Amino acid sequence: MTAFRAILMRDLRLALRQGMDSAMVVMFFVIAVVLFPLGVGPEPNTLARIAPGVLWVSALLSVLLSLDRMFGNDFEDGSLELLALGPAALEIVVLAKVLAHWLVTGLPLIIAAPVLAVLLNMPADGFGLLLMALLLGTPTLSLIGAVGAALILGSRRGGVLLALLILPLFIPVLIFGVGAVEAAIGGFPARAPMLLLGAILAGALALCPWGAAAGLRQALE
Amino acid sequence: MDRFEGKKLDCVRSARPVFRGLDFAVQAGGALILVGPNGSGKSSLLRLMAGLLPAAGGQLSWNGAPVDDEPDAHRERLRYLGHLDAIKPALTASENLAFWAELYGADPKSAVAPALAALGIGHLADLPGRFLSAGQKRRLNLARLALAPAAIWLLDEPATALDVQTIDRLRELIRDHRARGGMLVLSTHSDLGLDNSEPLDLADFTARPAAAFADAPWNKSDTAA
Repeated sequence: MTAFRAILMRDLRLALRQGMDSAMVVMFFVIAVVLFPLGVGPEPNTLARIAPGVLWVSALLSVLLSLDRMFGNDFEDGSLELLALGPAALEIVVLAKVLAHWLVTGLPLIIAAPVLAVLLNMPADGFGLLLMALLLGTPTLSLIGAVGAALILGSRRGGVLLALLILPLFIPVLIFGVGAVEAAIGGFPARAPMLLLGAILAGALALCPWGAAAGLRQALE
Repeated sequence: MDRFEGKKLDCVRSARPVFRGLDFAVQAGGALILVGPNGSGKSSLLRLMAGLLPAAGGQLSWNGAPVDDEPDAHRERLRYLGHLDAIKPALTASENLAFWAELYGADPKSAVAPALAALGIGHLADLPGRFLSAGQKRRLNLARLALAPAAIWLLDEPATALDVQTIDRLRELIRDHRARGGMLVLSTHSDLGLDNSEPLDLADFTARPAAAFADAPWNKSDTAA
């Protein structure tokens, strides 16, 4: 537990000192969302209809953009092999780094999302569920992303490979995340998609640390 | 008395055999110095001892019990020092060290200052990692060893980039470690002048390429022709 806390605090401190990294992810999110009204046209009804999907797809891409840093820096400067040889199990190390990643990228996205939802003229009924769905969905993105980030360590053109590996795995989160928000806007119960988002999170929490740890061991050989 | 040993170790890196049939044994307080030309597998052997690299054959054991049975216990008793210094440029020297202290179960408040002093870099405590020179980074990485005692030290060319005074400090650090009953395995190209150390020349175990590649596809086609 001390190891978990130590790694989490170190990663948060590093993220604070190098604040631009996490600010850039949020800025990418904002710009990606703003592109849609420019591309689709400013018709309020059209924007309102596509708003949940646009927000989720942009959030997904923003998370993807930040993933290569999750283990990349530690791999390059040798910290990762020392962490792997430390007394803490590698799965715990992964969990701590995933939580830190979510706190510095997922959470800012969730905070920025309602503002962008207003920009896209999303009906007010969907706001609460948009936040809840992001809160349940973005940790899953960090967890699945950790497996991809571990697998691409040491490979050339890792960024493109990461997108190819990880984006298909993000699809369930996208479908149920958008489903929950659209259900709320349409006046239907959003219970089912929210439960599924929760189930995906629980499954990812149970499996991804092991997958990512195995990927890291492979990379360190 | 604790004993760390390896029997008939084989090492293969990306389908290329590095060494084979290597035996070693270190007793509590003992030191094993790995020597040999570049590419003879000194770093590979240290990574193999640490458990970063799986052995292609043979077995590592601690007091007679295979290390693979309890990898967690093995990690807890070792400290590894590789080629990279693992210094975060955005953190100060003492913050860098405090993180490892916490991870190794030492109290960062009481362990960091003495460890920095042991390597003679107490005055750099508040300097961010990005301002440290190569030698200072190496000293900060070596200070990690002084944070908390561990049974086995695996040091991969620890003297790189160090000045003469710091090599003396390193020697002192190693002497204290061995006096506590700690074991040491280190690779080096220069004589560090450690007493009672046992050399292990990796060149003696180099896998003969001809034999190793005998069943490789390109050799088969050769013999067929």
